[in-house]
Amino acid sequence: MGVALGRLVQWTAPGHGTRVLEKTPLNEAILKEIIMFAESFIYKHPQEAKYVFVEPLEWKTDLNPSAFESGYVVSATTVKSEESDENGQPLLFLSVPQIKVRSFGQLSCFLLIAKDTKLKEAQACIEGNRNPVAKILGLDYNTMKEESSILNILDKITKDNDTESEIKMKIAILLKQLDVNLLNHSLKCISLEIPLHPAAVKNDIELLKRFSGKGEQTVLESIKYTSDYEYPNGCRAPPWRQILGEICYVLVKPHDVETLCITCSEEGVFLNGGKTDDEEINYERKGVIYKDLVTCLKEKSAKFSENMSKQKTRFNEELQKEKNKPNETPKKEAPGALRKAIPGSDKTMLEKNQINFGKSNMIKRLEPSLNWKTTIDSKEYNVFRHRVSIHEERHGGRVEKSAPSVSAGKAQLIRKSGEKVEEIVSESSSESEEDEEPPDHRQEANADLPSEYWQIQKLVKYLKGGNQTATVIALCSMKDFNLAQETCQLAIRDVGGLEVLINLLDTDEVKCKIGSLKILKEISHNPQIRRNIVDLGGLPIMVNILDSPHKSLKCLAAETIANVAKFRRARWAVRHHGGITKLVALLDCAQNSAEPAQSSLYDARDVEVARCGALALWSCSKSYANKEAIRKAGGIPLLARLLKTSHENMLIPVVGTLQECASEENYRAAIKAERIIENLVKNLNSENEQLQEHCAMAIYQCAEDEETRDLVRMHGGLKPLATLLNNTDNKERLAAVTGAIWKCSISKENVTKFREYKAIETLVGLLTDQPEEVLVNVVGALGECCQEYENRVIVRKCGGIQPLVNLLVGINQALLVNVTKAVGACAVEPENMMIIDRLDGVRLLWSLLKNPHPDVKASAAWALCPCIQNAKDAGEMVRSFVGGLELVVNLLKSDNKEVLASVCAAITNIAKDQENLAVITDHGVVPLLSKLANTNNDKLRRHLAEAISCCCMWGRNRVAFGENKAVAPLVRYLKSNDANVHRATAQALYQLSEDADNCITMHENGAVKLLLHMVGSPDQDLQEAAAGCISNIRRLALATEKARYT
Amino acid sequence: MNRKKLQKLTDTLTKNCKHFNKFEVNCLIRLYYNLVGDITERQGTVNGLDRNAFRNILHVTFGMTDDMIMDRVFRGFDKDNDGNVSVSEWVYGLSLFLRGTLEEKMKYCFEVFDLNGDGFISKEEMFHMLKNSLLKQPSEEDPDEGIKDLVEITLKKMDNDHDGKLSFSDYEQAVREETLLLEAFGPCLPDPKK
Repeated sequence: MGVALGRLVQWTAPGHGTRVLEKTPLNEAILKEIIMFAESFIYKHPQEAKYVFVEPLEWKTDLNPSAFESGYVVSATTVKSEESDENGQPLLFLSVPQIKVRSFGQLSCFLLIAKDTKLKEAQACIEGNRNPVAKILGLDYNTMKEESSILNILDKITKDNDTESEIKMKIAILLKQLDVNLLNHSLKCISLEIPLHPAAVKNDIELLKRFSGKGEQTVLESIKYTSDYEYPNGCRAPPWRQILGEICYVLVKPHDVETLCITCSEEGVFLNGGKTDDEEINYERKGVIYKDLVTCLKEKSAKFSENMSKQKTRFNEELQKEKNKPNETPKKEAPGALRKAIPGSDKTMLEKNQINFGKSNMIKRLEPSLNWKTTIDSKEYNVFRHRVSIHEERHGGRVEKSAPSVSAGKAQLIRKSGEKVEEIVSESSSESEEDEEPPDHRQEANADLPSEYWQIQKLVKYLKGGNQTATVIALCSMKDFNLAQETCQLAIRDVGGLEVLINLLDTDEVKCKIGSLKILKEISHNPQIRRNIVDLGGLPIMVNILDSPHKSLKCLAAETIANVAKFRRARWAVRHHGGITKLVALLDCAQNSAEPAQSSLYDARDVEVARCGALALWSCSKSYANKEAIRKAGGIPLLARLLKTSHENMLIPVVGTLQECASEENYRAAIKAERIIENLVKNLNSENEQLQEHCAMAIYQCAEDEETRDLVRMHGGLKPLATLLNNTDNKERLAAVTGAIWKCSISKENVTKFREYKAIETLVGLLTDQPEEVLVNVVGALGECCQEYENRVIVRKCGGIQPLVNLLVGINQALLVNVTKAVGACAVEPENMMIIDRLDGVRLLWSLLKNPHPDVKASAAWALCPCIQNAKDAGEMVRSFVGGLELVVNLLKSDNKEVLASVCAAITNIAKDQENLAVITDHGVVPLLSKLANTNNDKLRRHLAEAISCCCMWGRNRVAFGENKAVAPLVRYLKSNDANVHRATAQALYQLSEDADNCITMHENGAVKLLLHMVGSPDQDLQEAAAGCISNIRRLALATEKARYT
Repeated sequence: MNRKKLQKLTDTLTKNCKHFNKFEVNCLIRLYYNLVGDITERQGTVNGLDRNAFRNILHVTFGMTDDMIMDRVFRGFDKDNDGNVSVSEWVYGLSLFLRGTLEEKMKYCFEVFDLNGDGFISKEEMFHMLKNSLLKQPSEEDPDEGIKDLVEITLKKMDNDHDGKLSFSDYEQAVREETLLLEAFGPCLPDPKK
């Protein structure tokens, strides 16, 4: 209490008479706390309430004696309490207007009597008694140094062990507690009041930055400023916003909500309107003002507050360790009874206090005005120091446990966070090229620098300090350096040339812009430079240049964008600044065929503009969201039109873009609609390998669609594809071509054509010594082709089976799926099967059932079916695989529908062998199959029904299926729309109907009517099975009737 | 001026003018006489646009600021060196100035930059033209050092025969390689941004 009153309470300036308390919210809050303490004292601590103060608390009261009731002796101007001390002095004595109170009990009563005016009374009391603690407990208690107080008190207690001093002691502790409480309380008030300071905000953000990044443990995904420029006063807001007290703007991406754009101002922290399209911030406030960033984020993101508390415990644990050390010694000396009394509340208070500090870093702000008790001070200071140490760790390279990105440099952090944003906005579809950030190695300061470095430095100096004439000369001269060489590229950056070059783009000087872009275009081939350009905000400027009336400028800007947009964040930036629409607009340039003569020296040809536009779109189209943006901007018809031209260097980016985009369903439809296939096919015949590759790739993407496959055939695309197979030097093109053949051969007519062109033989030849990308496609194509008898024969005759079986031992998942399918397709031919069996192919297939990937499992199981069907002595073969049957049965526990269907099909084939059926029955196939019965998947239903019907052939399996409740769901299969399901189900029901109980179940579930319907089917098998089933049911009914009447 | 005379003048000038059509020539002639008229009112008799009036046009219309270059542009227009731009010089000059082909412009620019008219742009001439092109940095010992260096850079870039001065063929070759060098020593053509 003493400290709080002495230091915290705000007094009016000294000078005029007695000092009074200022009327401030803080004072009011403190008074209220004190009142609460005093009022409740009598209930909470009845014994201590009786303690008589060493000196009475005296003040002038406005309270009327008449207000006092029972328990008081009231006269006109005086009031005496009936309660008195040992000497008979009343504990409360009022002689208007002076009042003296000598115990907490009376103080409590008095405050209760005062009712509405208690605030005023409390104020008067505090004003009248500047040192209440001394009056209550005596001077010796007050003058004690705070740290040693406990020790001193202990001393006293041990010396004179009387009850009075013990009570005194307790009161002292209570008052101290109150004091701490008041400090805490006022701290909260102060923190609310004090305007945020740029340094504090910066500290907050830096701290959060350190604890953000990828992973679950971090508090945020990213946090970054909207502006990298910091004014000397520590603000980042533009000056005209600083006037309004705004300090900076931050983009925060929490784990669980969208990116927040937050304004930090002196008043507090609030959400603003976010970034608008043109890179501006909508400064308007959205929502309430929070006192600091952490509070704001806690409110907005549950994940943040959760992780924040985790971080905090960690944070506090360390603090605790430090804190506990010095405290340990005195504690040991303390007698047990006291130990209980002291630490509890006191310490938790302090801890809470610290948490507050950790959050808002207020130490600095508070230090000048308040002198904390040394204990608190040192702890607070620890918080501060701890933060500093985190700061330093970053440089030392020590990695924080929960903040993996701490050790990385700041630049990288910012970049990472940028990437995060991108990740959310658009997942790149083709990650093939550099998407990870390469380390940023700057030239060592003392390394031997090449002479170019100094020359470039000089030129950059002229760029900076020259007028446009000098600038143009410097630019032209810089262009003469070998800009493809990394030394020069990095030299330009390291001497600050990039900034100047990008700044030049923002001027009105066309010549300077052209010169600058010519250099940027070259050096942006370097991945690091690309990133630097994006970091320096080059993309928005270049995107703006796309609107320029000067075509050569547009070209250069588009080409540079094409180079820069090779990584995600850049592509995001292009789209974000409206670049896609503008680039698509460039494609439109080439439409007026009658080109005017070059009217200006700075004009390029329209075709060139379109080419550069396509080039940039090609780069951009590697992000999913950009594909969508291109489509929305109407890019597809324009690309289709450009595809009709015959310039190779135009066609490559156009086809490249289409090929990238064709991964999207929307595009494939549009490509079909725009008759693009025709031109793709035409360009397959081009001389240019790159163009051929991209065309084949585009066809590969599009040919998922049946109509497209037909279009490829109709436009004569199959022959060039088959021809291109013979050229195996260019592996990329080969992969694209084989891919196109694979997808095209899904259509039977195409397969016939391929056979005509002898493509099958060539494909078999490609089964060896090819990279996996090619193999996947070749095997895929063979898998499709081998659906036909002729091709199966061709594959065998060409010796294709051996290499196929050899590929079964691979690990590439896509390849395995295709290989198993191809082997399965070949196995349909008994002659092929002999070869496969000889090569132990079935065992290899069987072992693929253990592959972790469900696609491979399913594909292997499908492939096993024809193998079992066509193998000689299949039953023996199957049994020879140790643990094989158990493995298959256990696969019925899978949750992948395709795996289940394939395994059911395999079981159908296995169960055809009686001995094997007995084994799988022992492995519990019946309950497992029955469990699957409740499915809506027609494919699974069909194979399941077949498996059930085959499994009925053993022992009491029929009965077991009934017991496992497989019958009723099977009856429902008859309502499916799939004829295959009907046939399989009818057969299964026929088998099951051999058991009387099953017949009853079927009858109950209305099977008869459905089956009667099936009897009318044109499918003979179905007819037969349905009729058989009905007859079994009927026979049972007759037998029952007969039994009843006899 | 009466209509008939104007018509006749237009016809003659259009015949020899590559880049303007009749209508444009007509407009330019009118513009010329308007401009000359203004001056006549102010100064009495005048037989064409004088140096100051022309420089004023260059400054106001084309945003040129460099005195020396503007003087040189005036000389480029004033083919007969009589100190005035006549109406035919006006139309022909503007034809090149605004619509000239690269060849024409190169020739014109070279003449502008060849201050003494000896067929070469010497180092001294370059220095003269570039001397105000760099921000003077007080820290540097020799304030002209940067300019000298810039001259050397330019020479290195453009002087193909290494004779220490730029002939027209040097200049032409350099410009064909890099069009930006057309106005290497100062803006003497209309700014493309307009």
